[in-house]
Amino acid sequence: MAYDGSRDYGGGYDDSYDDRPEFRDGFRDLLPPEPGFDTSTYVPDVVKTFVVYLYRHIREKNVYEIHQMYEGSFQKLSDRLFKQSNWPHVDMIAPYVENDHVFCLLYKEMWFRHVYARLQPTLEQRCDSWDNYCNLFQVILHGNVNMQLPNQWLWDMVDEFIYQFQSFCQYRAKLKQKTDHELAVLRQIDEVWNVVGVLNYLQALIEKSMILQILEEEKEGNVTFTATDGYDYHGGTNVLKVLGYFSIVGLLRVHCLLGDYHSGLRALSPIDINQPGVFNTVIGCQITTIYYYGFANLMLRRYMDAIKSFNQVLLYIFKTKQYHQRSSQYDQILKKNEQMYALLAICLSLCPHPKLVEENVNNQLREKYAEKMLRMQRSDEAMFDELFSYACPKFITPSPPSYDEPLVNFNQDAYRLQLKLFLSEVRQQQLLSSIRSFLKLYTTISVAKLASFMDVDEPTLRVALLTYKHKTHVINNDGSVLSNADVDFYIDDDMVHIADTRVTKRFGDYFIRHIQKVPDVCTLSLL
Amino acid sequence: MPGAQAQPPQQPIYTIEQLVALNPYNPDILPDLESYVDEQVATQTYSLDCNLCLLRLYQFQPARMNVHIIIKVLVKALMALPATDFNLCMFLIPERLQMEETFLTLATLAHFLETSRFREFWDEANRNRDILEVVPGFEQAIQGYAIHVLSITYQRLPRSILAEAINVEGLSLDKFLEHQVNNNGWALEKGGKVVVLPLNEDNQPVLRRNTADSIPLEHVAKILPVLV
Repeated sequence: MAYDGSRDYGGGYDDSYDDRPEFRDGFRDLLPPEPGFDTSTYVPDVVKTFVVYLYRHIREKNVYEIHQMYEGSFQKLSDRLFKQSNWPHVDMIAPYVENDHVFCLLYKEMWFRHVYARLQPTLEQRCDSWDNYCNLFQVILHGNVNMQLPNQWLWDMVDEFIYQFQSFCQYRAKLKQKTDHELAVLRQIDEVWNVVGVLNYLQALIEKSMILQILEEEKEGNVTFTATDGYDYHGGTNVLKVLGYFSIVGLLRVHCLLGDYHSGLRALSPIDINQPGVFNTVIGCQITTIYYYGFANLMLRRYMDAIKSFNQVLLYIFKTKQYHQRSSQYDQILKKNEQMYALLAICLSLCPHPKLVEENVNNQLREKYAEKMLRMQRSDEAMFDELFSYACPKFITPSPPSYDEPLVNFNQDAYRLQLKLFLSEVRQQQLLSSIRSFLKLYTTISVAKLASFMDVDEPTLRVALLTYKHKTHVINNDGSVLSNADVDFYIDDDMVHIADTRVTKRFGDYFIRHIQKVPDVCTLSLL
Repeated sequence: MPGAQAQPPQQPIYTIEQLVALNPYNPDILPDLESYVDEQVATQTYSLDCNLCLLRLYQFQPARMNVHIIIKVLVKALMALPATDFNLCMFLIPERLQMEETFLTLATLAHFLETSRFREFWDEANRNRDILEVVPGFEQAIQGYAIHVLSITYQRLPRSILAEAINVEGLSLDKFLEHQVNNNGWALEKGGKVVVLPLNEDNQPVLRRNTADSIPLEHVAKILPVLV
């Protein structure tokens, strides 16, 4: 059912939901209902007014108010009344919102999200949530919604959709504790949270919204999308476009969870993460984008790209995290922050480039990981294992298991494979850091002498030098070669010539800056 | 024309690449992708995206996995070195399959190549000709990779090292060197004992070091108003 923003409600319904008297004192006047109240029969008054106001604001396309209610009031009510229980069932609140079909889908989306966040979803709830997402996306894809929703909510939809998919794969893979009933149901529900279904919904949102064409045309200046943060100021709807945009990030994430880093990065390519974009408008989206982008580059051995992107977002979090302290996302932000420091530590141990890291980020990094980085630089594999395991995404096995074999838990399989391949890469790079430290000491040295210093024979050294070159030179998509190395060399028959690419200190800029200040100093002194 | 029948609507014929670009998450294209692998082998072409798409679909439906096709994909990926394609494929192949003998062999070969142990690589490759001969062009591709690594490392290298890296000796090596000298800017010194490789950005890093303190014109322009 389409929302028609032109309906007039009269009577001056401009007051914000949160300005109502009972909320002004921070819920002090609200008494929680008697313990043990049954949400299937009783809807607290505050919830009634909540849905009524939310429904109204959505119809009026009052994005600011929707955001306040979604971000603020929903959390407050959950904390106060539903800490350990479900919100009232959708059928109970439907009468207050004229049984509006789309609103009920949105309400259920929030309802299930609450279950996943605070409680443990049952198998039936997982299935119902899948159905709800299917219905919701179908409605949106058929172009039947004329709403404007806050970007935060739209991002949360995509984010939660993938999170529930991930959670289902993990749940399904733990076969040992399943009851017979659960196994019987699982056998029959191949479609529910099927990986092909999930990917196709994301793909459909991207295609139907034509977001790729919009982003292309924006570069030519024909449309505005980023400039308005994705919102439509001409009375239209932002829902499909912005969902399409966020689905690009969603595809990156799903591909990484499957171990397909190359395709993930390709999926992300329409978004230029070095330019401001709609992904910056929601901090959760920005963090997710950079986290998976950086992780994918790490697995592809493109350490410089990973370091630069981690540095950028860690600096941003450092500067702005105090503003998010009240947000429900705060814990998630902190967790990803810590994980990205760990990944940055890994990248810098494999590819030392201290100049790429900003001062504040560097200080935080030293504080958390100085000793561990030293050990990683000495090829301590256990340390790599520890940090990787802490910081990596929760990989998934996308296919349903065979329910007949002896029932084992295989939810760790995907993670173990990625870890194993990562560690074998680390092992291949073992000699690199000692080569690097020797090379820094000389400008020229014979192969024979270097071999004796490193306590290996000449052929082994030549092989190690070739490996150093191979590992530090990355092949770009267009086939060109890019060097990651801070210390580089070439071999002339049996002499190694080293070039340390240390930047000589630039005095020119310093003098220019101060020359420019001279007139101001002069005028000040004349006063 | 009497009784003219309507032309059947033209079915758009998509190439495999287009299919993968438009509709990659559709298990129905799996047979097309499999035959495309055989086509890549036969025509000595290669498409990373299509092969990754295939491995992904195998991940979604393990029952349809065809081990022989996967092996061909891996051999093709090895031939793509120095690109990291082999690793990308391995990320998508279940661990249990990677424990099988052929896969262990391929992983060992990849390991030797990634760590530039060319002598060990050619020895192991010789022992496993049956796996590798399936894909024509394998030897040339690996030789190309070896030359790439040597080119970014050496300006001048002993002939013996080249011989070991590309597994060519004696008269064949002479012929090979002659071809490179005539076509690719190589040179020989010391009566053929030392090979001189053409200079490129990577085997003379000195060129890339930041030259000292040059100031761009725009910055100087900024202070002209002050000086004048």
